Amino acid sequence: MFLINCPYCGERDQSEFVSGGEAHIARPKQPTELNDDQWAEYLFMRKNIKGIQFERWNHAHGCRKWFNVARDTSNDKIEKIYKMGEQPPKL
Amino acid sequence: MSKNLRINNKQFVDETRKLSFIFNGKKLYGYKGDTLASALLSNDIHLVGRSFKYHRPRGIMTSGSEEPNAILQIGNDDALTDPNVRATEIELYDGLICNSQNCWPSVKFDIGGINNFLSPLLPAGFYYKTFMWPASFWEKYEYFIRKSAGLGKSPTKQDPDMYDHRYMHCDILIVGGGVSGLIAAKIASDDNKKVLLLEDKELLGGSLIYDDNDISKIDNQKSSEWLKKLIENIKNDKNIIIKTRTSLAAYHNYNFLLARQNLTDHLSVNDRNNKIRQRLYKIRAKKVIISTGAIERPQVFHNNDRPGIMLASAVKKYIDYYGVRCGLENVIFTNNDSAYETALSLHKSGTKLNAIIDIRDNSSSEIVNKVKSLGIQIYWNHTVVNTKGYKRINKITIMKLNDKGNDVVGKKIELNCDCLAISGGWTPMVHLFTQSGGKLKFDNKDNIFVPDKTNLNQLSIGSAKGDFELDDVLKNSIKDTKKFLQIENSNFDKIDVKCSKEKEKKNIWLLPSDKPLSKTKPFLDYQNDSTAKDIKLALREGFKSIEHVKRYTTTGMGTDQGKLANMHALGIVADTTNTNMGDLGTTTFRPPYTPLTFGTIVGRNVGQFFDIFRKTPMHDWHVDNNAKFENVGQWKRAWYYPKDGESMHDAVQRESKAARESSGILDASTLGKIDIQGTDANEFLNRVYTNAWSKLQIGKCRYGLMLNEDGMVYDDGVTTKLGENHYLMTTTTGGAANVMSKLEDYLQTEWPELDVFLTSVTDHFATASVCGPNAKKIVNKIFKDLDLSDESFPHMSFKEVKLGNINCRIMRISFTGELSYEINVEASYGKYIWEKCIEAGKEFNITPYGTETMHLLRAEKGFIIVGQDTDGTMTPVDLQMDWIISKKKYDFIGKRSLYRSDTIREDRKQLVGLLTDDPNEILEEGAQIVKDENKKPVNMLGHVTSSYFSPTLKKSIALAVLKEGKKLKGQKLLVPMIDKTIKVTVSDTVFLDKENERING
Repeated sequence: MFLINCPYCGERDQSEFVSGGEAHIARPKQPTELNDDQWAEYLFMRKNIKGIQFERWNHAHGCRKWFNVARDTSNDKIEKIYKMGEQPPKL
Repeated sequence: MSKNLRINNKQFVDETRKLSFIFNGKKLYGYKGDTLASALLSNDIHLVGRSFKYHRPRGIMTSGSEEPNAILQIGNDDALTDPNVRATEIELYDGLICNSQNCWPSVKFDIGGINNFLSPLLPAGFYYKTFMWPASFWEKYEYFIRKSAGLGKSPTKQDPDMYDHRYMHCDILIVGGGVSGLIAAKIASDDNKKVLLLEDKELLGGSLIYDDNDISKIDNQKSSEWLKKLIENIKNDKNIIIKTRTSLAAYHNYNFLLARQNLTDHLSVNDRNNKIRQRLYKIRAKKVIISTGAIERPQVFHNNDRPGIMLASAVKKYIDYYGVRCGLENVIFTNNDSAYETALSLHKSGTKLNAIIDIRDNSSSEIVNKVKSLGIQIYWNHTVVNTKGYKRINKITIMKLNDKGNDVVGKKIELNCDCLAISGGWTPMVHLFTQSGGKLKFDNKDNIFVPDKTNLNQLSIGSAKGDFELDDVLKNSIKDTKKFLQIENSNFDKIDVKCSKEKEKKNIWLLPSDKPLSKTKPFLDYQNDSTAKDIKLALREGFKSIEHVKRYTTTGMGTDQGKLANMHALGIVADTTNTNMGDLGTTTFRPPYTPLTFGTIVGRNVGQFFDIFRKTPMHDWHVDNNAKFENVGQWKRAWYYPKDGESMHDAVQRESKAARESSGILDASTLGKIDIQGTDANEFLNRVYTNAWSKLQIGKCRYGLMLNEDGMVYDDGVTTKLGENHYLMTTTTGGAANVMSKLEDYLQTEWPELDVFLTSVTDHFATASVCGPNAKKIVNKIFKDLDLSDESFPHMSFKEVKLGNINCRIMRISFTGELSYEINVEASYGKYIWEKCIEAGKEFNITPYGTETMHLLRAEKGFIIVGQDTDGTMTPVDLQMDWIISKKKYDFIGKRSLYRSDTIREDRKQLVGLLTDDPNEILEEGAQIVKDENKKPVNMLGHVTSSYFSPTLKKSIALAVLKEGKKLKGQKLLVPMIDKTIKVTVSDTVFLDKENERING
């Protein structure tokens, strides 16, 4: 069970959060311009790497805010937490 | 029993408090402080159970949680009985009733014992190999295999005991109250840290507390005396919270741990009333110190499983702690020095020790020299090759080992013994370390796995880390703890420790016998009856990974999880395959460390507390009016209101008839409600719904359909424009929370530029929905000044009015196809407005209806229910709702997906209506639809999603999803059921009032 440092509320138990999957996948601004493959890339394709993965988490049972987490999937260690809109850290 | 097995000088057992207990129907006695195992041993009872597979007689082997044999059924009450309880762990209480397991008719004469003679026919994988043929017989085999599987009996009635959960937080969690844990606790406390110290036994002190030899000294005192002073000190330390009888069950990531405390299991049954039985601690620790100690290993030789064969450390504990002799003719069989402590304890207590057999060539350590000086016969370089005595060991045969240690030479020597104390060295308890994700490394010197790398803020100390001798244990614990806590000095820095040092080491995983291996039974896993032979067989048959060998032979898969067996299994695999044990690795250690009862895991979340449920403000009225309830999400919704013993069908027919002919009333409070405000609220709605919202005027309502980005229908509901930049969105009852978080997600992450605020107001408003041709008259009676004319208050519009001081929001919207008004009030007035409607509607026979009737009424109109008629694979086009997709909007959630190659396929499943040829035949929801049931494999075209008997139409109607359904209108299809085949015709989805005339009353 993780301990997650919500950037708005502080350290809380994992049970207060939900994971929103891979981060930094922006919704295309002009979806109609995309062909099926390009749209599918946005819609379905997600990385599943061993190592540091950038994820979105939501403090669902708290402030309801979304934020980004850099998590090492090999040991679940959270390396960095940063707000929405910020660039992924170099780790 | 006239044997003198009890020694009367013990401080840990209170001989003034005699306790009676019943074992296999026989009344016996023990004392307060005994475990069930020590009490049984004091009554000269070793034979307590039968092994799982061969039903061999088995006795108490250990004195702790690693016990594989002495697992008993405690209690004989159907609700309270506990299976698989280790006799070595349960404290004796007055009136304890226990029985042996896995034997019939009795532990002394067990019919299943015949398996022992059939054992050549029951090798590893016997069940896999034998019961494969013929495959169709498996169901028959399974019945018998299941019957003979399992050890104890589960309780058959509900557990009446109370269990509890509690959160704990601490700076330092110390697991294990032995000497190293106690020292660490003191060092941490002296540094002003908040310490939580867990000990699974009743008393602190571990094995050192009853250590009685004169060689080990701490600061020139007897080690146990020194330790007692430390314990007193710790008990008075305000920084240290001590939880005894508390065993750590699981060690998860981020130093989150679960521990189970036994609160009443040691009390007599009468003293347990109204007390919490066990408590589960959910602990979050900043740092964790593991000081769980080590478990002694047995030795693996022919017939090493007879009652009376015990671990040497257990024999010592029974004498030194409980004051119980395990036998009167003792022999020790060892490969290391620690068993010589047992020899000293036996000697000191005046218990006969016939001989020591040591596989080493010699040893000249201080402790061995002391034993030698007592004149005890030691057979160096010898091994036990066989034992005798079916229900209790009475003889052993020993022989000399050859130079390589892989065979025996010379002549056999027979020795009498009724207790054989064996020791094969020690295994650090690294379970918790590995559970937490730590990686082990192999120590070739002691043949043990020790903690290596971890990502967590944790430390292993003492014998859990691989230190076995007192000076190493103390000095390294002090040093490592200081470093871990970043402390310069401690009060233990000048500690002076004296102890015997082991000089000679020798380890043979599988000891040789004079017989070939195939003729012997050298047990590894006592509980699951797996032998060294089974391991070798598995290797011969091609199983290489230790995880596969484990599963094939079931080694380590009993209730003890192979605490005694695993190292030998690994050793034999390594030897046989010529692999380094470090390269072989271990099997995975999984929580819980010792079994937990389900009661402890669920705690208070039982019965009505199993899950949260939500009630509407009108709930009590529904209860008073005999409603049956349905769970929708966490809500309890009125399902139907049976009158005078009506069936559900009859009640629903009556309710829906009343709603269509005069008036009905539905509690719609559970619908999700989201208050949307902000200057971009309209733009936001345009982006989240498929249809256009730009032209919606204040005071008007609009139905909206929401998709996922993949184009599939996600939710639907009516949204009302309350004011400029202010909307009230309703969602489905079950989807409310998900819709809310989805909308939040888009607002925060994709469209942060939008000025929109969302507030969940589901619980803040109660909704009474009045429908039917007389709805207008009823609402008019309540709101006398309100103009309900179609001109002033048309369908899909909204008015805000006052009833006295109560603000009411009335929406004229309809899910039934009838004229209807949804009256929303603040939740606390919900019941009031409901009762007001009932009273006003009395003259029109206003009939409360539940969710079932609501479903029927909307199905007659072909309105979908998201989640019933859709399942996450339906687009609006599939639902024949093309009309709701705006052609003008550039974008909305899911738009691009509506013309992916897959979503534009014509042979997708589409929503259709179904009419049965026999109007009285009601289809079953979920039933499959086919065209031809004879051509196999039968091609499934779709399934029924909603089905009812319509009292208004006097026929059965159904909605279904069907491949290419749009093209199949008018086609005859079949719905095969188990006993018949129902003929159906594909129809339009709207069955009633296609012209929408009823909406105006």
